[in-house]
Amino acid sequence: MTDTDIKIKEAPAGYEGPGFFATTLDKAVGYARSHSIWPLPFATSCCGIEFMATMSPHYDLGRFGAERLSFSPRQADLLMVMGTIAKKMGPVLRHVYEQMAEPRWVLSMGACASSGGIFDTYSVLQGIDKIIPVDVYIPGCPPRPEQVIEGIMKIQDLIRSESLRRRSSPEYKQLMAGYGIE
Amino acid sequence: MTHQEITDKLSAAFGEDIIEAVVSYDMLTIIISAEKNLEVLLFLRDDKDLNFHFLTDLCGIHYPFNADNELGVVYHLHSMVANIRIRVKAFFPSKDPVIRSATGLWLSAGWMERETFDFYGILFENHPDLRRILNVDDMDYYPMLKQYPLEDGTREDKDDAMFGR
Ligand code: SF4
Repeated sequence: MTDTDIKIKEAPAGYEGPGFFATTLDKAVGYARSHSIWPLPFATSCCGIEFMATMSPHYDLGRFGAERLSFSPRQADLLMVMGTIAKKMGPVLRHVYEQMAEPRWVLSMGACASSGGIFDTYSVLQGIDKIIPVDVYIPGCPPRPEQVIEGIMKIQDLIRSESLRRRSSPEYKQLMAGYGIE
Repeated sequence: MTHQEITDKLSAAFGEDIIEAVVSYDMLTIIISAEKNLEVLLFLRDDKDLNFHFLTDLCGIHYPFNADNELGVVYHLHSMVANIRIRVKAFFPSKDPVIRSATGLWLSAGWMERETFDFYGILFENHPDLRRILNVDDMDYYPMLKQYPLEDGTREDKDDAMFGR
């Protein structure tokens, strides 16, 4: 490997000239945010193991600026729900989501978190989107680390393309109201 | 101590209330009448030779086609002294699912009876705190009763044709 292999992320669209670069604040902030995600791993079962592999040097989520896991919802940007969520766990998950500060995103990893998966039974929540809004779903049982990385990249796309204060948009307010979250 | 000796001892003490004693998978299973559950358990626990001091497990069971004996409670006992495990079963009708609580004999029965209540709706008389333990508190049915389908009834997104229904 030579040092020319290092990939540098393209700058957002804007005006460039000798010694200056101008873009909109939205784009600059979105660009910065998308590469400094602090994920909160809410790993309840087997999918969490696959997430551990994703964090390890072989796959290295650090390349995407998301290597700093946050174990307090108050500091997290991205809630990663990985695993089977029992109905009794539902209120806990919702509580965690409610404690996160805006802007916040949710990634649902695996069949269980997205739809209940193989646990089509009385005790398992049939998809976390029944209680909290989800931005990106990763299919699989369990998804491979590559898929998790793709999911994170989809989240990054979302973050880059969203307005600075998405929570003030009417769509977002409506979505939250749909879940009964203030 | 052999299985036969245990059975003989119990039959001598309780006669008719010991309904059946079978050995399955090398384990003695005694079916007793539900009215006498505590007396039999106390005897098993405190008899000098038997010494079944340890309540390993307590659970419910539902046989919907056993008319008038649909529901049951199973006690698993362990005699540490003789190193023997036995099962004691008591059956009663599902329209009157009441049996006396074993919490007076073993405090450890408390949570296990709550679990049995949670899943089968069996009511344990004199239990100090009989409420749900594993399922969500607002659940309004007893999920292990056999009349309920295994799948979650609230789902709309599954195409029955894909699941052979
Ligand atoms: S989707 Fe599969 S791997 Fe993931 S938590 Fe569910 S059962 Fe486990």
